[in-house]
Amino acid sequence: MAYLFSGGWSQRGRLAYSVWMRVRVLYFGVLKDVMGQSGTVMEVAEGASVAELLAVHRGLVAASVWESVAVAVNQEYARAGDVLKDGDEVALLPPVSGGCEDCDAS
Amino acid sequence: MRVEITDAVIPVAEIVAETKAGADGAVCVFDGIVRDNSRGRKTLHLDYEAYREMALEQMRGLAAEAVTRFGVRDVAVVHRLGRLYVGETSVLIVVASAHRGAAFDACRWLIDTLKKTVPIWKKEQFVDGAVWADGEAFPSDIGLPGASEASAQSADGEAFPSALGLSEESGRASHDGAPGFVGGGE
Repeated sequence: MAYLFSGGWSQRGRLAYSVWMRVRVLYFGVLKDVMGQSGTVMEVAEGASVAELLAVHRGLVAASVWESVAVAVNQEYARAGDVLKDGDEVALLPPVSGGCEDCDAS
Repeated sequence: MRVEITDAVIPVAEIVAETKAGADGAVCVFDGIVRDNSRGRKTLHLDYEAYREMALEQMRGLAAEAVTRFGVRDVAVVHRLGRLYVGETSVLIVVASAHRGAAFDACRWLIDTLKKTVPIWKKEQFVDGAVWADGEAFPSDIGLPGASEASAQSADGEAFPSALGLSEESGRASHDGAPGFVGGGE
């Protein structure tokens, strides 16, 4: 099993035994600043999980926010072990801050 | 049920009026507005953004759940995006019910849950800079605090290549020779 990912900047160096899929990755809030873009297309090995996609991002950019993110796959909250499929839309979500300033939960 | 994400001014009075019906004994309104300061800094404006389609779907789900969970008759949940200035309404929640207890409870639950789970973020612009507001931690059924640990093994229990270099303790990943990134420096 391979754990290889490509950020889309190059397709060289693939291993022959891995099957590749494309997922669209979206960044929101502070993660847009952390990643320097609002989204990208990544190639991931077949069988890659949500946790593995997160791990790759941690490898790209070190930031404390990775400890507190949630992930949505095709607009539904996903679990760490969920396996990605070709064509998935994967959103990396920092803690949300909608609502209003003074309506913090008790 | 009126559930919307809008870029325009929220018509508060109109939404409150249309949510009322003859069977109601109470309408509870939560009008969330932009405050002129945050943690001691003077706020110029807030910029709200959302993962729009998902946020709307989440808000629809919350509205429906509020009706069944609290037995209220109707709810409206409207959130505004874009640049908002002091005093403007960013979020409006209206709950109509036969009795006030359920209306208060549902209204409180809606705003509290929205703030924790609906994918909307705000950037606070102060006189001396801008920051993304710190959100509360995600509820345990949504957040993935253990994802880094989970990534240390593949689903079938095979150990990750050590060269991937993920370190849970430091929260940093090694960049040295990481083979996970195809094409980098080859």
